[in-house]
Amino acid sequence: MAKNAVVKRDERREVAAPERTRSSAVTYTPRCDILETADELMIYADLPGVQPGDVDVRFENGELAIYAKCAPRHEEVSYLACEYGIGDYYRAFAVNEAIDADKIAAELKHGVLMVHLPKSEAIKPKKIAVKAE
Amino acid sequence: MLMTRWEPYTGLWSELSRFQQEMNRLFDSFGLNEGSWPTLAVAYPAVNVWEDGDNVYAEAELPGMGLEDLEIYVTGGNQLTIKGERKQPAADKGVWHRQERGFGSFARVISLPVDVDADKVEARFCNGVLTITMPKSETAKPRKITVKTE
Repeated sequence: MAKNAVVKRDERREVAAPERTRSSAVTYTPRCDILETADELMIYADLPGVQPGDVDVRFENGELAIYAKCAPRHEEVSYLACEYGIGDYYRAFAVNEAIDADKIAAELKHGVLMVHLPKSEAIKPKKIAVKAE
Repeated sequence: MLMTRWEPYTGLWSELSRFQQEMNRLFDSFGLNEGSWPTLAVAYPAVNVWEDGDNVYAEAELPGMGLEDLEIYVTGGNQLTIKGERKQPAADKGVWHRQERGFGSFARVISLPVDVDADKVEARFCNGVLTITMPKSETAKPRKITVKTE
């Protein structure tokens, strides 16, 4: 299925991505699950502590990028135990499927981002009915 | 199944743990491994703990979970237990290209440095972050002693 679904890159759109300033020094790579079904690709990303308005999902040139801002949740405190850090999240995936970019949808629930990437009609597997004479 | 925890230095850790496995295998073959090598398993969930004058706070990142999936209790005055299960969302038929997120049940017990008032412990869940506020018991609160001058 994937063989004929290579995204054709449009050379004219190969422009440099805008530089992003990062508010915090540390950027974390979120853990992700990717599920492919007949109709779509689904990305689940763990983004604990991120407010729904602070996620930026972009799809450009066959690359899906997830940026999420996560501000420090409390003032400077002296930790008795500190086992994880808090910071922004960033992760990008090359999506090697023909994706219907207009129909990409994302939702954030309980700190988990779900991105739906519907496949374009052209590459969806089609079942051909065999006629009997 | 115990979930694995997100480590920012995954690459390094996996290298280390692979190295350790190699070493264990080497020592196994010589019959030298008497369980003296610690495992690199990490406790889940990762917890940050801090305190102020009145409260002890514990915070854990548990994305995709809600308070209904969790059991939180304090026993013996200073043993905080976080128990729960992270369920995998039901997936339609498909192919997993990547599975990095862990699922399953877990339990973690944390010893707090001071006794807390178990009846007044509050837990809040916001955007996948669990925050537990535990008021210190009266006897554990810092008391200012006035020094009398004669």
